[in-house]
Order: sequence, then C-alpha cells, then structure tokens
Amino acid sequence: MSHELTWLLVAVPAVSAAILLLGGKATNAWGHLLGTLAPLIAFAFGVVLFVQMQGLGTEERSETFKLFEWFSVGSIKVDFSLLIDPLSILFVLLITGVGSLIHIYSIGYMEHDERRRRFFGYLNLFIASMLLLVLAADYLLVFVGWEGVGLASYLLIGFWQHKNSAAVAAKKAFVVNRVGDIGLSLAVMSMWALFGSSAFATVDAGAEHLSPTWATLLGLMLLLAACGKSAQVPLQSWLLDAMEGPTPVSALIHAATMVTAGVYLVVRSNAIYEVTDAASTAVVIVGTVTALAGAIIGCAKDDIKKALAGSTMSQIGYMMLAAGLGPVGYAFAIFHLLTHGFFKANMFLGAGSVMHGMDDDVNMRHYGALRKYMKVTFVTFAFGYLAILGIPPFSGFFSKDHIIEVAFAENFVVGLCALLGAGITAFYMTRLMMMTFFGEKRWEKDVHPHESPSVMTGPLIILAILSLVGGALYFAGHWIVDWLEPVTGFEEAEPAISALAMTLITLAVVLVGAAIGVMLFRRDIPREAPVRVSPVTTFARRDLYGDALNETVLMRPGQYLTRTLVWLDNRGVDGLVNGLAALFGGMSGRLRRFQTGFVRSYALSMVFGAALVVVALLAVRLS
Amino acid sequence: MIAHILPLADFTAPKIEYSELSPLLVVFGAACVGVLAEAFLPRPLRHLVQLAITVVAVLVSGVLTGILMNDNKELIAAQGAISVDGPALFTWLVLLALTLISVLLFAERSVDGGLSAFAGQAAAVPGSEAEREGTAAKVEHTEIFPLTLFAVGGMMLFASANDLLVLFVALEVFSLPLYLLCGLARRRRLISQEAAMKYFLLGAFSSAFLLFGIALLYGYAGTMSLGGISDALSTQTGGDTILLAGTGLVAVGLLFKVGAVPFHSWTPDVYQGAPTPVTGFMAACTKIAAFIGLMRVFYVALGGTRWDWAPMMWIVAILTMVVGSIVAITQTDVKRMLAYSSIAHAGFLLTAFVGLAQAGNGVHNGITSTQAVLFYLVSYGFATVGAFAVVTLVRDAGGEATHLSRWAGLGKKSPLLAGIFAFFLLSFAGIPLTAGFTGKWAVFSAAWTGGAWPLVVVAVLSSLVAAFFYVRVIVLMFFSDLPADAPDVALPGWQTTSAVALGLAATVVLGLVPGPLLDLAARAGEFIR
Repeated sequence: MSHELTWLLVAVPAVSAAILLLGGKATNAWGHLLGTLAPLIAFAFGVVLFVQMQGLGTEERSETFKLFEWFSVGSIKVDFSLLIDPLSILFVLLITGVGSLIHIYSIGYMEHDERRRRFFGYLNLFIASMLLLVLAADYLLVFVGWEGVGLASYLLIGFWQHKNSAAVAAKKAFVVNRVGDIGLSLAVMSMWALFGSSAFATVDAGAEHLSPTWATLLGLMLLLAACGKSAQVPLQSWLLDAMEGPTPVSALIHAATMVTAGVYLVVRSNAIYEVTDAASTAVVIVGTVTALAGAIIGCAKDDIKKALAGSTMSQIGYMMLAAGLGPVGYAFAIFHLLTHGFFKANMFLGAGSVMHGMDDDVNMRHYGALRKYMKVTFVTFAFGYLAILGIPPFSGFFSKDHIIEVAFAENFVVGLCALLGAGITAFYMTRLMMMTFFGEKRWEKDVHPHESPSVMTGPLIILAILSLVGGALYFAGHWIVDWLEPVTGFEEAEPAISALAMTLITLAVVLVGAAIGVMLFRRDIPREAPVRVSPVTTFARRDLYGDALNETVLMRPGQYLTRTLVWLDNRGVDGLVNGLAALFGGMSGRLRRFQTGFVRSYALSMVFGAALVVVALLAVRLS
Repeated sequence: MIAHILPLADFTAPKIEYSELSPLLVVFGAACVGVLAEAFLPRPLRHLVQLAITVVAVLVSGVLTGILMNDNKELIAAQGAISVDGPALFTWLVLLALTLISVLLFAERSVDGGLSAFAGQAAAVPGSEAEREGTAAKVEHTEIFPLTLFAVGGMMLFASANDLLVLFVALEVFSLPLYLLCGLARRRRLISQEAAMKYFLLGAFSSAFLLFGIALLYGYAGTMSLGGISDALSTQTGGDTILLAGTGLVAVGLLFKVGAVPFHSWTPDVYQGAPTPVTGFMAACTKIAAFIGLMRVFYVALGGTRWDWAPMMWIVAILTMVVGSIVAITQTDVKRMLAYSSIAHAGFLLTAFVGLAQAGNGVHNGITSTQAVLFYLVSYGFATVGAFAVVTLVRDAGGEATHLSRWAGLGKKSPLLAGIFAFFLLSFAGIPLTAGFTGKWAVFSAAWTGGAWPLVVVAVLSSLVAAFFYVRVIVLMFFSDLPADAPDVALPGWQTTSAVALGLAATVVLGLVPGPLLDLAARAGEFIR
C-alpha cells in the first residue's frame, strides 16, 4: 500500500454507500455490517498512511495525487486531485476513527428501526463526502465534498421523516447551509478571476501578491462559508434544530466532524488570512461571540441533546477564535478540534445511551439519579465531562488551556471572554450532570432505566479512554505543534503572565462555575420547566432570539417581497388595466367582452417592458 | 418567346451549399413526407409510420450534423442567409437530440389507457358526443409528428439565421406548429385551448415587435444581413435613434421567446395548459433556439453597440432571475413551478450573455460566454425534458395530477420515480455532481470574467432562493405522509422509460465528467459573420 492509493479512502465508503442505497431490500440482512466495515477499512488504511508518514522527512509528507483532469476551460484547469499532508491525515484519522465507533454504536442504537440499512447508507455517504472535503487539493473539490456532507446531513437530520419537526429541521439546516455555501462559491470564482485556478498550491503561492481589499474579501467569503457549516453566529440557528436527527448522527456529524469543517477551511486557507488582518479579526470576533453565545444557550436547555448542541457551538467558537489568531493558534485549534471530537462524541453517544434507557425521553427534568442504573454510561460520560471542563489530566485541559493562554497573549478582551466561557461551560455541564445522573428520581413509574447493550457501551468506553489520553498529542513533546508546523506555520505566543499562573486561574474559574452548578442543581428540580423566569433565561431559552432575528431580517421581508411580486405578476397589471378601464368607462367595458382578460394584461405588460427596453437603451446613449 | 420575357442570360442561379445545409433539408423534407403520409396512409398505419419517419429524419439529420462538425466546416451558406458555424452546428445537434427524446414522449400511449396525450379530434367540442366517440374509437392526431418536425426545423434555422428576414421566417416556422401542439391536449382541453390561444396572441404580438424592429434596423443599415448591419455600425454616423429603437424592439421579440421578464407572462399559463410532452419540448428546445438566435443577433450584428444595450440587458437579466426564482416559491402546480424555474434559468443564461466574455474582445481567461451558454443549455435541456417526462407519469382519474399537494409522499409510493425527479430538481438547483452545477459554474464564471460581477452576486442569491423551492418539493415528496387518495404512478411504456433514462443519464454524466462536452462547446468557437 502506498500514498498513490489515497483515493481508496474516499472510494471505499462511497462504494459501500452506493451498494446500500441502490441495493434495496436485498441488502437488509447484512447492510449494517457492510456499512460498519467501510469506515473501519478506511481507518485501517488511514493508520497505515499515518505510520508511513512518520518515516518521511518534513517536506515529503505533503503529497498531491492527481486522479484525472476534471475539466479544463481556457486557462482554468480543475484537477480531481487529493492532497495528503499532516493536516489532512489528522482529519482522516478523526473522521474514520470516531466514525467507525459511531457506526458500531449505531448497530445497537438503530436495531429496531426498519430503515436501518438506509441509515448506514447515508452515514457512509457522509463519511465519503467528509473525506473528500478534507483530502481535496482544490477549493472547487472541497466544495463538492462540502455540498456532499450538507446533503448527507440533510438526509440524516430528516431521517425520522414521520416527525414533522425533523423534516422542518432538515430543511432549515439545508437552507442556512446554502447561505454559507454562497461564500464558498463566490470565493472559488474570485480565485479563478484572481489566480486563474482554485488549487491550494496556486492560491497559497498567489496569496501574498493579493491586494489588501481582495485578501479581505476572500477571507470574509471563506468565513461566511465556515459560519454556515460550523454553526457560528450569525448562521448558528440550524444546529439546535438539527438535534431532531438520530443521536449517532448528532454525535458524528453535528459534534465531532462536519461542524468542524469551517475550522478546517480557515486553517487550510491560512495563506490568505496571513495577509489580511481585517478578515482574521472577523474570524476571532465570530469565534468569541459564538463561544459565549453557545455557552449561554447551553445553560438554559432542558433537552439533553440541545444542551450538548449549545456546547458544541461554543467549543467550535473556541476553535475559530484560535484559528483567527493566526500561526500562534492554528495548531491549538486543530488540537482542540481533535480532543473535542473525542469527548463530545463520547457525551453525545452517552446521551443516546441515556435516551435508550429512558424510552427516548430527552428532557433532563425527567431524569435524575441515573448513575445507579447506568453505571457504564455514567462513568464514561463523566470522563467526557471532566475533559470538557478542562480538569487535568483529561485531554480538554491541554487543548482548551492553550487556547485561553494564546488568546490572553494576543488580546486581553478576547482572553477574558474565553476565560469567562470556560467558567460558563463548567456551570452548564455540571447542571447537565446533576440533572441527569444525580439528585432524586424524577421519571414516571412505567419507565425502567437500564444499561445499554455492549455494542453501544463498547464505543463509549473507547471514546472515554480517548477523552482521557487525547492530551498526549501535545504533552508528548509538543508533538501536534511540530507535526502541523509545515502546513500551518507556528509562532510562539508571548504570554502575558506565566503559563502556570494562567493555568491556575483558569482552573479556579472552572471550579467556581462547577461549584455554582452543584449548589443550584443538587436537588429540588421541578418536573416541569418553570414559566416565570428571568429575562436572561428566556433570552437563552429562545436561542438568544436567533430564530426571531432570522425571521424579522430575512424571512418576513422575503415573504413580503414574494407576495408583492406574485401580486404584481398576477393581478397588479390586471388591476391597472381595470383602473384604466374604469376611466374609459363603457367603451372599455364593451371592448372587454371580446378579450380574454388575461392576455390583454399580459400584452400590456409586454408594452411596458418594451418601453422599458427602449428607455433603457436611450438613457444609456443620452446620459 | 420565353427568352424575351426572362433574360435568361443574366440570371445566375443562387448558389446553395446542399451538403452543409443537408441537416435542415432532411428535417424539412421529412416533415413534408409526413404530411403526405397523413393524407394517403390508412389510419391504423399512421402512428407507426409517422413515428418512424420522424425518428429516422432526426437521426439522419443528427448524423449529418455530426459529420459537418467533424469536418470543422464553417461558412455562410445560401447567399448569406444561413450561417453554418460552430455554435449553429452544436445547437442543431442538441436540438435534434432533445427532439428525439420529446418525440418518444409524444408517442407514448401506455400511460393513459392506450391513448396518447393528444386530443383525438381537435375540432370536436370538449365534452361533446363526438369527442366521446372519437375516444372510444381510439382516434389520434398523428399530425403532431410532422408538426414537430416543422417546429424543430424552424428552430434549427432560427439558430443559424444570418439575416434578419430569415430569422423572422424561421421564428414563424417554429412558432406556428407550437401554437397548434399546445392546444391539442386530450385531458383538460379547455385550459389547453386557452393556452394555445394566449400563446398565439402574445406570440403574434411579439412577432410584430420583432418585425418592426427589423424594419427599423433595415432603415438604419440598408441591409438585413447581420454582417452588413455590423459594418454599418462602424461606418455610419447619425440615425442613432432609429438604431436604438430597432435594437430595443428586436430585443423585445427575442426576449419574449426566451421567456425573460417582463416578457415572460405567457410562460406559466402556456406551460401549464399545453400537453406535458409538448411543454417539455417547448421548455427545452424553444429556449435553446431562441437563446442562440438572441446571442447571434446581438453578438454578430449589434456587437459594435454593446455598451448601449448591455445595461438594458443587465436590468432584464436581474429582473428575470429575481422574479423567476421568487415567484416560483408560491406556485402550487408542478408545471407552473417548472415554468417559473425555466424563467429563472433564462435569467442565469442572460448573465453569461451580458457578461460578454468573448475571445474577440480581450477576455481570454477561461470560459467564453458562448461556450458557457451552450453547455448550460444542454444541461438544462436534458433535465427539463426528463422532469416533464416524470410529470406525465403521476396520474389520477382526471389525468396528470399536477397540483403539488398531490405529490406529497410520492417518495413512499414510488421511491425510484421520486428519486429521479429529485435528482432533476437538484440539477436545476445546481448541486455539485449534477450537470446543473457545472452549467451554473460555467455561466457564472463567464459573467464574472466578463466583469459582470454584480450580476453574478444577484445570480448566486437567486439560485439560493431557487434551491429553496426545489428542496421544498423534495421535502414534500419524501418527508410528507402519503394521503389515502394519492395519485397512481402509471407504468411507463418503453418510450417514456427511455426518455427519462436518457435525460437522467445526460444529467449524471455531464455532472461527473463535464470535460468532453465543455471541450466540444469550446471547439464550437464564436459566431462567424
């Protein structure tokens, strides 16, 4: 095996998806096994590639493989080529590794679903598209993967199509993502106009000669794309609704992998952000705002999956923030992305396990004291909890601590926000833990919580171990920083205060947050959510009015525009004709009998159009 | 004696390049044969013979066009009347291919109880005893086949007319058969006849604009030939008002056929009323012919004044995209929705047209407008015919069930059919790995390199809106419950099956490997004069 076979990474899950989706009922019996095998094969291959790369020199680790020429038009040439380098291989391992675990878990979770084969087909489709996204060596090819994951995400969010809410959520995710996609497609077209190509190599080489305006524009277009895919403010609203999908989907797509594509895009485009401070600053602002907004939303949700979704937004905000800081932060953004992939997938699957035992109830107010009934789920979840809080020696400690440290070194306000976010994170995660696993039982008599089968707890245990030891990527001799340096560059941040002091302050803030959580949610949690709450809580419960904002700013004017145009198109011209008809009185009335009515108004609109055309022509000449 | 009246010695016969014009001649010739066959053949034989004549004529004409393309011959034929150049040949080939698929749909008889989609006796009053008797006797109008041949011949001529008068004649040659075909629906005949009437009245109206515009341009340049007008532009001074008014009026006539806003109002009504196979044929082929005709007139004859007409075309393009995609959102009939979608597509095509990325005017970087438009038309044409073919299959007691609410849950009833339709919609929406994606990229980047970036921004925003209503239909088909009285999915005969399969295959292949067709479009080069 060698690097030339990189395409197999994408091909294996793609072929499996094709077999499962086109094979029909014949594949029902073994579909889930094939579907699970595909990412496992890809993972094994990824590990081989990774090990091989270890033996290579720094320069040789990046290799581009051209499969075929996709199309070539004049001087624009787009190759179907894949890039394997230190950055993409980490993503390959995350996607296929965590992906395989989630596939295994899904065998148990979806056991009683009659459309299980289709589910695995979609999951494989997702894995193939995501791998294409991270392996592509050309922005246009990234876009193909980008749309592919969007499609898979759409299909999976709406998988339980009998629920109207799922169909609505799927549509919302699709539409909001399309808004982000505008950014990416405009960026690719600009690249063609500016560099004559959208290949990474050409864009990276040409970036330093860009005019500041174009560099900023490109940076902002890419940021828009990243916001859509990674659910960053202002395009965050779809992620919470996306939790309508089956829980393994939330774990795989909406926590561990797809939503991090935006961070990947920003890090991959580091050459462009290098030359524009304005766009980089925008990335930092978006990241910081989302880190706080997500955390605040997480505090108010009673739905366990939505609380975790808020947390995902917030954590990706941290990654964006780090990526926006430039070479000092890229490596830590990716580091946090990986550890987050472990512990968040762990917690989502844990939540799925809890729901499995609680008859698919997602309301944490109906849980309580589950630690006695689901021991494995509780312990593994606790590992994820300690990791996201950043308690040493769990992985989150290393990755998040560095982001806060770098943020303080670069900008005090950003650092302060990041620190505050860590405190809030500790609070809402503690709330989630207390409401689910501690306190008194609050479930109905006919619910019998039980531990999930081992096909589900197995992946939980592996992910829990990864949540614990994932930090080794860094503390083993700053490995990840050195590894990514050839791709992203690295600069040592100059810390404002000593690293040890920073760590202690962060830990103190986190512990305070957790302590408040324990005090407030130790006992006496009402089964129904209180109605009379402070405005802040309402604000958070309503997702910071994200939907209301979308509705007022985009949807309502859109609807009015539509209605007006439809009215104009159907009746406006007609109405005008009728008005004129009234003027001309009886004569018009008599003439009208000879006409069909509509044709006349159509013809009139053509006359207006003709007048418009001639006037426009004359106006140009005379002006 | 005769020699005294006609001075034969001075008469030189016009030179006709028969071999270059053979694709046109074959189509028109076969159409005439079809008319004769209609007169002399016994009724039971007609369907089969007419179908055979049509298919053979289209295939032969296609092969001849292919040979001409292969020979790379470019010339102005028939004394300057017809220009047989790269874009014309490319268009001919596409028109013939789409006609072949449409004709298969016309010939379909198994979806509606052994009867075609066309009225048995167009002259019978709808709902009358005569109509019932005709239906019982399975009477059919087999004239639709020669009519189609005349229409496609006219379209081919329109796309290659090098003279405004030929352009006008070609316009009428393809329009008149279409007016008739529109009024021939077997089901819902009143709305079909209304559509034909509207199309005819408005078409005649727009022809008048075109003709008046042609007269004014003749008044300005003293010639009808496109090259001659172009020469007059560079040499002549004065008379600008006549020129501009003529340009404007010619634009109205052509934009009407393209279906651009504000000359689009006929489109939804006619698309809805016409028999669905005819709608597919019109939506694909008329748009192609009209667009190439538009480009030829404005690039070849009026290229010298492009700074005068480009701003006007910008406005039309923006209006077309915005109105087309926004109004489509509220449509409740699938045929009307596709009609507005075709309007929006006309707008996307116009962006490339006004982008003016031409090898001749200094834009060398990448894709030219002509190439982009040709590619887009192919991707759009195949998906359109395929989509309308699917529409013919969703039926209830009253014929086709075109109201969108009737399509709810179709994905549960017939996942294959709904899946294919969803694929066509995704191609219209421009999702990657479909033909529509490559087409959109091609036209947008042509507009972009030509400097029309505001248009591209509007276009991208409109395609976002458009994506919304396509997805809405997909959601409806797959994520809604199947109502108890859901329409049936008719079992298609080989004709519809192959039409859908061809449309689907083209959409898939052009999405995965667009390279060869893009190359072919590039080889077509620019319009010659």
